[in-house]
Amino acid sequence: MSVRHRAILLAICLTACGAKDEARQLAPILGSAPGEVEINVPAKLSSIEVDAVDPLGRPLRIACATCHTTKETAVLPESPSELQAFHVGLQFQHGSNRCASCHVSEPLRAPKLRLADGTELPMTEALQLCAQCHGPQYRDYKAGAHGGMQGFWDLRRGGRTRNHCVDCHDPHVPKPPQVLPAAAMRDRIPVAAPARGEEGHE
Amino acid sequence: MTPTKRRTLKVLGATLGASAFAYAVEPLRAFTQNITLDQFLQGHFKELTPEQLEVTLARLEQETKDRHGRDVTIRADPAIEGVEFGYGLNLSICVGCRKCAEACHVENNHDRASNNSYIRVLEMTQGSFNLEHGNASYDHAVPAPDKYYLPVQCQQCDNPPCTKVCPVEATWKEPDGIVVVDYDWCIGCRYCEAACPYHARRFNWTTPEIAPEEINPDQGYLSNRIRPQGVMEKCTFCLHRTRRGELPACLEACPTGARVFGNLLDPESEIRWVLANKRVFVLKEELGTRPRFFYFFDK
Repeated sequence: MSVRHRAILLAICLTACGAKDEARQLAPILGSAPGEVEINVPAKLSSIEVDAVDPLGRPLRIACATCHTTKETAVLPESPSELQAFHVGLQFQHGSNRCASCHVSEPLRAPKLRLADGTELPMTEALQLCAQCHGPQYRDYKAGAHGGMQGFWDLRRGGRTRNHCVDCHDPHVPKPPQVLPAAAMRDRIPVAAPARGEEGHE
Repeated sequence: MTPTKRRTLKVLGATLGASAFAYAVEPLRAFTQNITLDQFLQGHFKELTPEQLEVTLARLEQETKDRHGRDVTIRADPAIEGVEFGYGLNLSICVGCRKCAEACHVENNHDRASNNSYIRVLEMTQGSFNLEHGNASYDHAVPAPDKYYLPVQCQQCDNPPCTKVCPVEATWKEPDGIVVVDYDWCIGCRYCEAACPYHARRFNWTTPEIAPEEINPDQGYLSNRIRPQGVMEKCTFCLHRTRRGELPACLEACPTGARVFGNLLDPESEIRWVLANKRVFVLKEELGTRPRFFYFFDK
């Protein structure tokens, strides 16, 4: 093999080896602002679903303020079972809380929330209210390890929307209900057999 | 035996032999009809020059349109420098609803008939940790009492057993830690499927069949483009999304927020917070595969 041939072979080797398993530099992200992190504000914090549908067939929602700022509201009861005219049938399984533990309802004023120390909060700030009792969950939430999100993991490239506590948890019955799972995939050769008697006793 | 009889037998034998041969090689003829010359001559993905890659992607887009009836975009985004992907999953929160598996099915253009997905959710008995005793085909309201749910997908091992057994180097680990398959280089021997301790690889027994309007047109060469028949496939943490900074489809679909995704090399990332603050473990740690998929419990 001539010297020239060897040089060519070496050059090919170097090019090939150099390209292997190395990240290619991505073009800089031009004109992209750092992504914003938004927290979703669920409609149920400012309105309530009623049985009727709108002309487009969507479930009709009525803003809380519609009634609460125009009608004299009754005094908050101890528990939902005492409700007689409005919000009747509200399910409640959230510890020993009473309505007034979280809600403020004053005549002719949009409903608000109240922290344990008496500070009033607008309904849309419900996250702070949940956080006062659920510290570990709030800590995980702030770190991005609880609650889920949509959008970008890389905030240099785009923003993301975080779920709100009440997107997933019904504040009156926070434990999620049982659901039917989506269909399982059909393995040609099942890798995991259906549960048998000896399961869990290995 | 008279010469005439001999000749007749000879001709008869030759005819039978020829037709038997034609019948035997018939599958080969059908096979070559499914593969174009350009595809046959295509080089290994890692050896394609940028020009060759561009031609290849354009050809694949055209083939997808011809075969599946949908205009799609197939990209081959390179790994982002300074990024290694990591995934966390909170088993205290997962309820086993299989929404992640369903989202994977849709996002990654899986065959509709088999309801294929890269995620298999195992229903496990509390206190048990034997993957082989998990039930993947449960069909009742979840979460069931005394059960917990363990979604298993590709663990993107740092020391992957699957890539080592590939006889043709059709599967490898990318610089961002994702184990990928070149579907045009794979010969379908299924060695990698046997080597994977997590049952994470899937084989395309048939060409995936999807209605044109259901095809996800946002596709990647190494991830969710429609696979040919007879090749292996696997979870890529949705490379076509994540290499553009987006979250994987399974994370966005999770209704409980049990999933955490991010850059392991970024100390400020969510996944690094989980590693630093939660009691994290990996599946089958004793095998030394060093997964990039981390499970944790809240308590």
